[in-house]
Amino acid sequence: MIEVKDLHKSFGDAHILKGISTVFEKGKTSLVIGQSGSGKTVFLKCLLGLFHPEKGTISYDGKIYSNFSDDEKRNLRAEMGMVFQGSALFDSMTIAENVMFPLRMFTKQSKSEMQDRVNFVLNRVNLSDAHNKMPSEASGGMQKRVAIARAIVNNPKYLFCDEPNSGLDPKTAIVIDNLIQEITDEYNITTIINSHDMNSVMEIGEKIVFLKDGHKAWEGSNKTIFKTDNEAVTGFVYSSELFKKVRQMYLEERQ
Amino acid sequence: MTYLHNIGTYFLMIKEMFRKPTKWSVMKTLIFKDIDDLIFGSLGIVAFISFFVGGVVTIQTALNIDNPLIPKYLVGFATRQSVILEFAPTFISIIMAGKVGSFITSSIGTMRVTEQIDALEVMGINAINYLVFPKFVAMMLYPFVISIAMFLGILGGMAACIYGGFSTLEDFITGVQLDFNTFHITYAFVKTFVFAFLLATIPSYYGYFMKGGALEVGKASTTSFVWTSVMIILLNYLLTQLMLS
Repeated sequence: MIEVKDLHKSFGDAHILKGISTVFEKGKTSLVIGQSGSGKTVFLKCLLGLFHPEKGTISYDGKIYSNFSDDEKRNLRAEMGMVFQGSALFDSMTIAENVMFPLRMFTKQSKSEMQDRVNFVLNRVNLSDAHNKMPSEASGGMQKRVAIARAIVNNPKYLFCDEPNSGLDPKTAIVIDNLIQEITDEYNITTIINSHDMNSVMEIGEKIVFLKDGHKAWEGSNKTIFKTDNEAVTGFVYSSELFKKVRQMYLEERQ
Repeated sequence: MTYLHNIGTYFLMIKEMFRKPTKWSVMKTLIFKDIDDLIFGSLGIVAFISFFVGGVVTIQTALNIDNPLIPKYLVGFATRQSVILEFAPTFISIIMAGKVGSFITSSIGTMRVTEQIDALEVMGINAINYLVFPKFVAMMLYPFVISIAMFLGILGGMAACIYGGFSTLEDFITGVQLDFNTFHITYAFVKTFVFAFLLATIPSYYGYFMKGGALEVGKASTTSFVWTSVMIILLNYLLTQLMLS
């Protein structure tokens, strides 16, 4: 579980995060949504410890991150998996080497044990025949799946994804969404996804935090987002005609 | 203020380079890869330039010695002194600032742009140690490159001297052996080690702390070349003043 209390972050005069508080529960897929520039990525990088907030606390399983020693921070980071927007695969390594990298860095497993684990996770993301390919030879969807495999290879307690569907076609995006949700359920991980893809919100948003101008404007789930009258949310979520109609049908059905 | 900030950040990076070391089994691979990229990958261009510049130094010296009272063996002597004291350690280092320096800046800068450095940091890896330390270790073999440059520079000079008809082989060898001071070799290698440190760390600094996209990677490579060259020239002056005067 990750608990965030009154988080503030600025860059110079720009106040990006303005007092965000929320809780991300274990075994649930949580989505942080909002327009571009609403502070989603800064929020995620604060959770990852890449940015240091000026005010507020982030607790991992009840322990406040800012009180951690360097060793505790390093141990915590070894328990985190991250899927970057651009996949961030190491382009000098093959796909198998990319996935094996966290194991080489943080475990004392033998090469055959590492190889078995890599085979297992690559099978899990349906990439059993891509071991020796270089990242540049893989499609966008494949690169995202490799990034997920690398993020989960070390059995993380926390999985962070920054816009995992960006640049993917709708079909591949659904595959990636489902994969993340299955992995979250299967391994009981705390998963946090930054997204502005409304399909993801509706499909896998067990918890949704809506950010606007650095504030938390709304919090709920994919079940309650249809019912909300919050103007910020409706203005963002139902900006497309398709979603307006979907919402209309949902509300009519309920009446 | 920006200069002071950059200098401070550079020294903090040097300190960080020796902290939280990466697992040895991984580091070993990185060091061998960097030795291949930075040292062996540079031998071809260094050999080519050394041989021909050594030849040019000899021809120009020979052409400027037209007084019949000056012995012909001085061509070999002047070639040896020029190549060992300045050409091999300094001139080759400026070329390496362009070749190796821009390679280091652009490879680390591209990793920054594509979030690969963020990925390392998220995993709890000391990215500076992981990326810069192997380059630093690899560059400690740089004196090996400079030794080859010295040898080929003098060899090129000898070839130009004999085939250009400026003096005989015996005269040239006599000149090369004349008044040989071993401290000059020490001086050349002290400079080489200092330049190796600059060649590994200044380009790494510009790559690691760059901001922006692909265009900025190019700009960072250019800036890194300029500042590495400036620092090589400045420290060359200081070390010469300290060690030879």
